[in-house]
Amino acid sequence: MSVMQADTQEYDVIIVGSGAGGGMSAYVLTIAGLKVLMLEAGRDYDPVKETPMFNWPKDAPLRDAGTPDRPFGFYNATVDGGWQVPGEPYSQASSDPKQQFSWWRARMMGGRTNHWGRISLRNGPYDFKPYSRDGLGFDWPVSYEDIAPYYDKTEMLVGVYGETGHNLENTPDSPAGILQPPPKPRAYELLAKKACNEMDIPVIPGHLAILTKRQDHKVLPKKLFPNNPLGQKVTADSMQARAACFWATHCGRGCSIKAAFQSTTVLIPPALATGNLNIISNAMVREVTLNAAGKADGVIYIDKTSRQERKVKGRAVVVAASAAETSRIFLNSRSSLFPDGIANSSGLVGKYLMDSVGGGVTGQIPALEGLPPMNEDGSSGHHLYQPWWLYKEQKAGKLNFAKGYHIEMSGGRTMPGAGVFGGLESFTDGAYGKDYKDACRRYYGTFVHFAGRGSMIPNEDSFCEIDSDRVDQWGIPILKFHWKWSDHETNMVAHMHKTFAEIIEQMGGKVTSTIHSDGSKAISNGGSIIHEIGGTIMGADRGKSVLNQYCQSWDVPNLFVTDGAPFPSKADKNPTLTIMALAWRTSDYIVEQFKQRAI
Amino acid sequence: MSNSTTNLHRRQTLKLLGAAAASAPLLGFSASSAAVQAKTKGAEVIFSPTDPDLLNPVVHWSMKLTQQELEELAVLVDVIIPADDQSPAASSLGAPGFINEWVSAPYPQQERDLVLVRGGIVWLNAEARKRFNQSFRQLNAMQREQICDDICLESRAKPEHRYGARFFAKVRDLAATAFYTTTEGMADIGYIGNRPMQTFEGPSDEVLRMLKLKS
Repeated sequence: MSVMQADTQEYDVIIVGSGAGGGMSAYVLTIAGLKVLMLEAGRDYDPVKETPMFNWPKDAPLRDAGTPDRPFGFYNATVDGGWQVPGEPYSQASSDPKQQFSWWRARMMGGRTNHWGRISLRNGPYDFKPYSRDGLGFDWPVSYEDIAPYYDKTEMLVGVYGETGHNLENTPDSPAGILQPPPKPRAYELLAKKACNEMDIPVIPGHLAILTKRQDHKVLPKKLFPNNPLGQKVTADSMQARAACFWATHCGRGCSIKAAFQSTTVLIPPALATGNLNIISNAMVREVTLNAAGKADGVIYIDKTSRQERKVKGRAVVVAASAAETSRIFLNSRSSLFPDGIANSSGLVGKYLMDSVGGGVTGQIPALEGLPPMNEDGSSGHHLYQPWWLYKEQKAGKLNFAKGYHIEMSGGRTMPGAGVFGGLESFTDGAYGKDYKDACRRYYGTFVHFAGRGSMIPNEDSFCEIDSDRVDQWGIPILKFHWKWSDHETNMVAHMHKTFAEIIEQMGGKVTSTIHSDGSKAISNGGSIIHEIGGTIMGADRGKSVLNQYCQSWDVPNLFVTDGAPFPSKADKNPTLTIMALAWRTSDYIVEQFKQRAI
Repeated sequence: MSNSTTNLHRRQTLKLLGAAAASAPLLGFSASSAAVQAKTKGAEVIFSPTDPDLLNPVVHWSMKLTQQELEELAVLVDVIIPADDQSPAASSLGAPGFINEWVSAPYPQQERDLVLVRGGIVWLNAEARKRFNQSFRQLNAMQREQICDDICLESRAKPEHRYGARFFAKVRDLAATAFYTTTEGMADIGYIGNRPMQTFEGPSDEVLRMLKLKS
């Protein structure tokens, strides 16, 4: 059997994972001139060639309905993934669904960035210091001011639409000139805005990583890499290859014109163009290896094609495999120095797993009936959203939960797909025949859904560990999940339900889903929002955290994490933008360590 | 499966076994594993349902409903979505074929729906015979309505009609999916998206005035 060239070369950095964190790390490190090897557990994937742009549900099996094989529908940009990956099981400590964690994975180049919702919100100052504010959760060892320059750079690079100048509490404005122009709101979004404003709920343009105009490839690369001609060139070329959104076909399928951000179109191509990046796909990493000096010296992976174990060597290792997968790799990296897993002297690897708190309510809005046909595809994501607004009431002790949530709206005249008009009979007294056709005409586009996405407080009962009895088809010990919501999260969901019902009524509509006053009946299952974070948390105290403020292992100084695993607390804000900003900062630090010959 | 196909299948298997025997000792292989090995040459992936070609979709399962069931479903979906001056009837846009694709799919939800739909067709004919001594498709429009009125809303259905109501709701939802995802169905309700545009202009002044968002 021939040994791959990659097996013998020693790289400066080995990166495990190719998604938001791995992609960003590869981009920054290769531009700085480091020789990088990226390992991806899934297959190679090219959104330009593979994205089903404009394809109709009628041409897909089951009209694009979700199935266990294709959970978000046939056209969704997920390869060999979903809540289950064939041959790669995980287990649950509890049989109660509310104490389980649903683990979404995608085995493909670019990972989950290919299908994600592109919502790109900055954490606010409170989100970095939650414990200091109310005594709950853990403070990050960095502040908003530390991360803000990296938010600026990340937004310039990936292209985020939104609007600045709202000056809302804990909802940072980007500096002027960074965001892409926001799209005009849809009809139902304007109706909701009017109702929310009457209720003193702010409604502002959403922040999504979608280009609404082409990027300025002459100015932005110079701002991002002032003294680096290579960085400017590969970034300018990459920006020129991206088109602006043309307001059609859903971002969840991926974007062949590269308007919507994906690691595979925005981060990996310029990294490859530096000439400093090699990628091995179908490489399922099992463990980080340690040398006699107690430093990481490479990783062992299973080449999925040959089913053979291989080792690659690097002077530093960056793990960005997704929060739980990163925890799994650490826990499976056992040595005499680290019998409980690499970098685990704190015993905290796998601990404090978090997800966003999710709850939702749907309503039917009579004011939207009888409107002329109009195209509401837009960016496919929301154009307006409601940031959390009750900071003062919370401080005054008027709420029965800590932290907060923002609201993501959807609805209107979306493309009819599988399940269209499902459940309409409850509106129409069981209509069929001519009455049913008339009802479909009347009610199409008149439903609006409000989804809350809230902050979860890290707790001792939500974690993953190695299930010592079982391995996956690659011979790698699997994870067992433990999960528990606290009253803060369930009370938050009850508040969502009550509030969303009030908004719908304020819009003159009626609620069509069940409203729960007991949030534990309405809260989404752990993991199901796919905002998986924690597991190797960062902190200021090495006894209480796995990583320092540069996402560098306290125990193994040339080992880093750049996915969501370092997050010590969960803001209501969706994590991807912060993953990328932190990964950029960590990568800058790694470059600095190489310059100082500390690695 | 008829006897003749079974025999043919057996002959093919024997032939494959013969081919396998030429290159590998038969001992230790069961008949089926040898046949599979001869067919796939080891770990070659023929089709991966978790990684299909998204640009060239195929339905990778065989259909389970009979021709007669499809014809009976055609009658029912046209009662639910009949032709009118704006669009054709559900059966003319392939709704029975879609229902067949749906209930034949190898997934738990669809396997439950197969039982509901197949059993429902039998239930509907039995109900028609009970009331009118004819199968459902032989009834006139008024007779069909008389049955459908009793099963068109589960929350209102009498206990003896509840299964029929669940069946009716399932067929109505599947017929709607089949119908309103077609070009004709989307035109009927006024979906005009999925086409590239230079700009997204948002709602027109006319719409804003109708919504009282502009005077």
